[in-house]
Amino acid sequence: MSLYDVIFYLFALVTLVSAFMVVTTKNIVHAAFYLLFTFFGVAGIYALLGADFIAVVQLMVYVGGILVLILFGVMLTNKITNVQIRSGSTNLVAAAVVIGIFAGALLTMMLNTRWLVNPGKTLITTIPQIGSLLVKQYVLIFELLGILLLIALVGAASIARKEEREK
Amino acid sequence: MLTEFGKIFVFILLAGLFVAVGIFTAKILRPHRPTKEKLETYECGEDPIGTPWVKFNVRFYVVALIFLIFDVEVVMLFPWAVTYQKFGAYGYLVGIIFLIVLFVGMLYEWGKGDLEWDRPQPIIPYLHKEEEQNK
Repeated sequence: MSLYDVIFYLFALVTLVSAFMVVTTKNIVHAAFYLLFTFFGVAGIYALLGADFIAVVQLMVYVGGILVLILFGVMLTNKITNVQIRSGSTNLVAAAVVIGIFAGALLTMMLNTRWLVNPGKTLITTIPQIGSLLVKQYVLIFELLGILLLIALVGAASIARKEEREK
Repeated sequence: MLTEFGKIFVFILLAGLFVAVGIFTAKILRPHRPTKEKLETYECGEDPIGTPWVKFNVRFYVVALIFLIFDVEVVMLFPWAVTYQKFGAYGYLVGIIFLIVLFVGMLYEWGKGDLEWDRPQPIIPYLHKEEEQNK
């Protein structure tokens, strides 16, 4: 087992344990904070696989943005922070069957795919390539993304905005 | 040799180690004799009232939403900023159009007042003169 493998299993462990804690913890604020480690571990695995852009995006958007949004969502909701989430286990048989089928499908896919082996030992930065593609080949998509973001901005703000105090 | 991410990982490890070693050695060295007074939130004697979980202003949520959108915008701009010089004026224009589209969104938020901050309106305590005379 090389150092690369050790680091990979470290990140995988962080991701799995924190994801498990997100589901099982009773405190919703703690769940949100455990989600931070899940996102971080996934970012680490991206970096290990040599996907530098996605790793940075994962850190910026998920850890920096979405998690803050989730935390605000928790904090803005009145009386939710002291509520203990009651997560019981029901429909065990049906759940086990569905999970078994899903895990089996994932496993067969994993075993039948020819993966790139050890891609992350030398880091080739992909950002200039993505930039060239965005400016040249996918320029229309790039501008459409701007419009999509504009729509999301206007829509999200008009839904979340406080009602106008008309008096 | 280490990749750039490898160097970042070394920094993360060192940062974690620094905190862990600091806390652990402090735990070994320091005396541990807690009393009820020491464990209170404010050692100056102020009693805390209610829970620290207060409801935040909804404004924060709108600001966080706007931040998220511009966060994604920055993510899209980053690869553009690395390469636009290779394409001359055309590459520059591509990014500028993208920015103008999002600037329209910012103007909308600005105009709607989402970027304004709620100013506190303190209620100044008012003393009734008549009540005072009755006493």
